[in-house]
Amino acid sequence: MAAVAMRLPVARKAVGPSGPRGGEKHLVAPGDTITTDTGYMRGHGTYVAEEKLIASVAGAVERVNKLVCVKALKTRYNGEVGDIVVGRITEVQQKRWKVETNSRLDSVLLLSSMNLPGGELRRRSAEDELAMRDYLQEGDLISAEVQSVFSDGAVSLHTRSLKYGKLGQGVLVQVSPSLVKRQKTHFHDLPCGASVILGNNGFIWIYPTPEQKDEEAGGFTTNLEPVSLSDREVISRLRNCIVALVTQKLMLFDTSILYCYEASLPHQIKDILKPEVMEEIVLETRQRLLDLEG
Amino acid sequence: MASVVLSEAEKLYIVHGVQEDLRVDGRGCEDYRCAEVETDVVSNTSGSARVKLGHTDILVGVKAEMGTPKLEKPDEGFLEFFVDCSANATPEFEGRGGEELGTEIANTLYRIFSSEGSVDLKSLCINPREHCWVLYVDVLLLECGGNLFDAISIAVKAALFNTRIPKVRVLEDEEGSKEIELSDDPYDCIRLNVDDVPCIVTLSKIGYRHVVDATLQEEACSLASLLISVTSKGALTCMKKVGKGSLDPESIFEMMETGKRVGKSLHASLQKILDEEESLGTTRQKVGFLG
Repeated sequence: MAAVAMRLPVARKAVGPSGPRGGEKHLVAPGDTITTDTGYMRGHGTYVAEEKLIASVAGAVERVNKLVCVKALKTRYNGEVGDIVVGRITEVQQKRWKVETNSRLDSVLLLSSMNLPGGELRRRSAEDELAMRDYLQEGDLISAEVQSVFSDGAVSLHTRSLKYGKLGQGVLVQVSPSLVKRQKTHFHDLPCGASVILGNNGFIWIYPTPEQKDEEAGGFTTNLEPVSLSDREVISRLRNCIVALVTQKLMLFDTSILYCYEASLPHQIKDILKPEVMEEIVLETRQRLLDLEG
Repeated sequence: MASVVLSEAEKLYIVHGVQEDLRVDGRGCEDYRCAEVETDVVSNTSGSARVKLGHTDILVGVKAEMGTPKLEKPDEGFLEFFVDCSANATPEFEGRGGEELGTEIANTLYRIFSSEGSVDLKSLCINPREHCWVLYVDVLLLECGGNLFDAISIAVKAALFNTRIPKVRVLEDEEGSKEIELSDDPYDCIRLNVDDVPCIVTLSKIGYRHVVDATLQEEACSLASLLISVTSKGALTCMKKVGKGSLDPESIFEMMETGKRVGKSLHASLQKILDEEESLGTTRQKVGFLG
């Protein structure tokens, strides 16, 4: 049965205040004066001109004692050591791979930072270099951790743990990095039946929970068996929920995704992306999150 | 065409999903994404429309100008298409990168509208062999999110529906030379009959099945696609195969049947939304680009 839904566009409504907050956020646009007080140290997103502190990006002002910085809402990913990222291989070079992580420069995954199959620890030889393409090719997705940040801002990744490595079957959702909340762990096995990796760079990977938690995880053998229909439905629903949360600019973390999933259950999966259903689900999610806090 | 790179496992996931009639965003194989249609968005055109199909954003403007009829069709007006793939859509279209795609789309539009009866060209004639209306249809690609042809054809149909051509009178004075008088009343205009204007339905073959309205990721998994232009009555006017893969005759037949079915419901929804917009009249709140 073919279904074609067309609608007239509706002007976006300004979303009301989303609940009790410590104070109103000081929002600035590029060129706005933050303060004329010269006693402050300037952080990211600011610059000094004519004895005034001026914002260079659009976002919210954050003040920590004497440090003033502006945190932008829509920005490229800025790597920090210890972040979990999901990236896509763009190039295979001599002793490293170039990984796309939605940052200003491509990230780098050195051959020496990659786990060898079987977990052996040895010096990488010339054969390893020649066999690089057998491990990771252009287009492959990996989960990795940021090892260090170069002086120009480029990020160096490593997959030196069994939980990182090449990703198999699943769905990738790309969101703005500022919407992913910093948490203790970014690998979540949701009770609804799928697992999710919330990359700090805004790449969210949704995949079916593997049955056995064995050494295969993070290995190089991808499971190519067809995923069952029930798992697919869960994954599609999660994907639509994440898109709904992102459209309404809610922070993404395991609880918000789970609440959104539960709020979306009465609707059909493909209806979640309709604007009115999206608003309803996100409103309910927001309410539950506020109840959780309060 | 803008394309994304996918890993083999992701492609496999998509292909298996299509086999089971459950795509990544929960749609079935014959479901379209939610489309937003708005007409009369550009003020200095005779007609315009903007269509948003998921991440695909198309803007069409129609300008009616006076011109001379073509030699082989002296009592008809004609349509001229121009497609601009702006660099806004993807960086690949920067400079002259989007020209190839633009000419391909324009040629497809010419082919579709060249079939008899899609638009009543005789109503565009003012003076046989001397004056006629030429409709310059300009298509602007603002964002590329998969399924360009469908979105463009929907936008073109909506823009033609919105086109208002001023009424002209031909006056003959004593010496026999003809003068054309434009009516003063801005609301005195003729509208085009778009009942028979076809829409394109793109069917992409993924695995053993075909899907309608493929996203960029799904297009990366499909090797061959069939573009079908269907009228509102379900008649097929034009067909084109794109892609480097092959299609066998049974698949083509199945895809044609699906295309006709989906095309009919597409036309029905589009006509409903256009009539609804028209009935709102001046009370309609224009959203445009700042909404």
